[in-house]
Amino acid sequence: MKVMNLVQAINDALDIKLAEDKNVVVYGEDVGVEGGVFRVTEGLQLKHGADRVFDSPLAESAIAGTALGMAIAGMKPVIEMQFDGFVYPAMNQILSHLSRFRNRTRGKFSVPAVIRIPYGGGINALEHHSESPEAYFGHTPGLKVVIPSTPYDAKGLLIAAIEDPDPVIFMEPKRIYRAIKQEVPDEKYSIPLGKAKVLSAGEHVTVIAYGAMIREAQKAIVLAKQKGISVELIDLRSIWPIDRDTIRESVHKTGRVLIVTEAAQSYGPAAELISIVNEEAFLSLEAPPTRLTGFDTTIPLPLGEKFYMISPERIMFEIEKLVRY
Amino acid sequence: MFNEETLNKYKPIDNKIFSLIDDEGKPLDKKWQPSLSKDAIIKAYKDLLFERTADYMAISYQRQGRMFTYPPNLGQEAIHIASGMVIKNEDWLVPAFRELGAWLAKGVSLKEIFLYFKGNEDGSRFQAANRMLPVSVPIASQLVHAAGIGYAMNYKQEKAAVFAYVGDGGTSEGDFHEALNFAAVWNAPVVFIVQNNQFAISVPLRMQTKSINLAVKGVAYDVPSIVVDGNDIFAMYEVLEYARNHAISGKGPMLIEAKTFRVGAHTTSDDPTKYRTKEEEDAWAVKDPLKRLRGYIAHNKLYDFEGEDALIAEFKKKIDAEFEAAEQHGDYKLDDVFGYMYEELPSELKRQKNAIENYYQNSGGAK
Repeated sequence: MKVMNLVQAINDALDIKLAEDKNVVVYGEDVGVEGGVFRVTEGLQLKHGADRVFDSPLAESAIAGTALGMAIAGMKPVIEMQFDGFVYPAMNQILSHLSRFRNRTRGKFSVPAVIRIPYGGGINALEHHSESPEAYFGHTPGLKVVIPSTPYDAKGLLIAAIEDPDPVIFMEPKRIYRAIKQEVPDEKYSIPLGKAKVLSAGEHVTVIAYGAMIREAQKAIVLAKQKGISVELIDLRSIWPIDRDTIRESVHKTGRVLIVTEAAQSYGPAAELISIVNEEAFLSLEAPPTRLTGFDTTIPLPLGEKFYMISPERIMFEIEKLVRY
Repeated sequence: MFNEETLNKYKPIDNKIFSLIDDEGKPLDKKWQPSLSKDAIIKAYKDLLFERTADYMAISYQRQGRMFTYPPNLGQEAIHIASGMVIKNEDWLVPAFRELGAWLAKGVSLKEIFLYFKGNEDGSRFQAANRMLPVSVPIASQLVHAAGIGYAMNYKQEKAAVFAYVGDGGTSEGDFHEALNFAAVWNAPVVFIVQNNQFAISVPLRMQTKSINLAVKGVAYDVPSIVVDGNDIFAMYEVLEYARNHAISGKGPMLIEAKTFRVGAHTTSDDPTKYRTKEEEDAWAVKDPLKRLRGYIAHNKLYDFEGEDALIAEFKKKIDAEFEAAEQHGDYKLDDVFGYMYEELPSELKRQKNAIENYYQNSGGAK
């Protein structure tokens, strides 16, 4: 066991897979010599060689498209999109090809690639560095979309993503990259994709969140407890596929549900989750399923982010409304 | 034989076109001898004739309402047949969508091609074709796949080349440039072939680019590049063979602009009379690749064309049999919609599949 933050846990997962499987390669912008702008790949080039961990030319479409080429030729590329807003030039490759190649070729070619994307706001960054684009990927047939919120999960989920035979979008909540430390086993382990985790059990309200919103929800739960409200917190961990069973069981018990996402509201993950709650637990509901999300606005530059980012107080406000309904 | 010295004589910036035979099929240089054997030349001729026959029949099946949209190859076959002679079993073929003869040489069956254009993904299984990618519809997007495969061939130390195709319009896409750049930086064994057939659907080349030709676009990426007479099968063969050797001997990618003309429509949904003139079509008709190869063969008395009607009749019978096999391919099943999205059907897709099956059961089978 070692105490690790998310950055270290992801680095550890990559290190293990690079050592274990010579078909694994890691590349993208600045991931080689520099070890990535967030240092997630630090030390890996030195350890595993410049033909396995390397800087590619600066073109996201080709980074994604070449990963498809490598994958169908028997390799397991793990590529990095440097920031959430930089994945957009690669959308054609991801939506038109990576997600469809298995189906298009009736299983002759599969694309076991992982696309890592540091995502989300709250880090005082420039425009295009604070986006939450997960809905685009969750909406795209053929992809799996994984979002860890803890170092332990990050390591186990990334190992599972690399070993998955299909393309996985692995979104890393960069705001909490170094904020959370946790004991992480030294050895290899994996966590199945598509399984949510109940982080704390509760009686009155279910809160469903993922990524950096988990930490805000946990702070809200402390506030709720002070007022005698018992909250069950579900960390979704994978936004496609979604773990319906865990959601159903929880809402059957609480009858009240709040979805918290940083992504913009319309057509977003929260809308999908509310549909699932309606389909799975309609007769258990004591109040309308509620969502607290980013606005349907461009995420503001740092000085405006205080209005956009979701605080524990705002989560608490919605929890109380649900309980009083 | 085409060599480095020849390559250096045809710098794209000088806008010269590498060609070996004239419009009648006579060698431009009297001392030139083909590197292909007599048998190989006759086989190439028959393959070209077969591709053209299959193409005409495909258009006719489409007109009869037995197949959906189809992109004809007419006029561009020399590029495809020459590719087929050069591409080995261990090489990769990364198609756009208009390279019929090259696909057939790679081991794709006509049945599969017909099945694909009849609207069934089963036609992209390419069961007997090793390292053959499916048709790529988003223009030029397949070229970056080729660069990635090239990286893998180097990484795995395999001696295999990647042949990647695109049209003239595709050279305006970002992925064309990204692919050339990545392949060059990675020294990837990729042969990029631009089939410059003068039109991107209706848009003529002069509206596509200000460059003097398309090969010149490779120069800035330090990719050896050349303009070749795409209707001259000998020229295409020699350059492709050189490019393959260049790639597998560790020298990296090449870019070949094959200058040709799309005699037919872009697809069966298109009407070329709207955007090009009869004069233009006539000017290219004299350069027809089949006619020129035929001229060479006749001039050198390599083959007696007398049995040709019987040969074409035999081709037609074979092509009809392949089309019938495609028509008799089993029904498209619900399983075919869901079954190939992921290696293992995720619970969410199981749920959606169960819901539609439940509907069919309760609706008495109405779709």
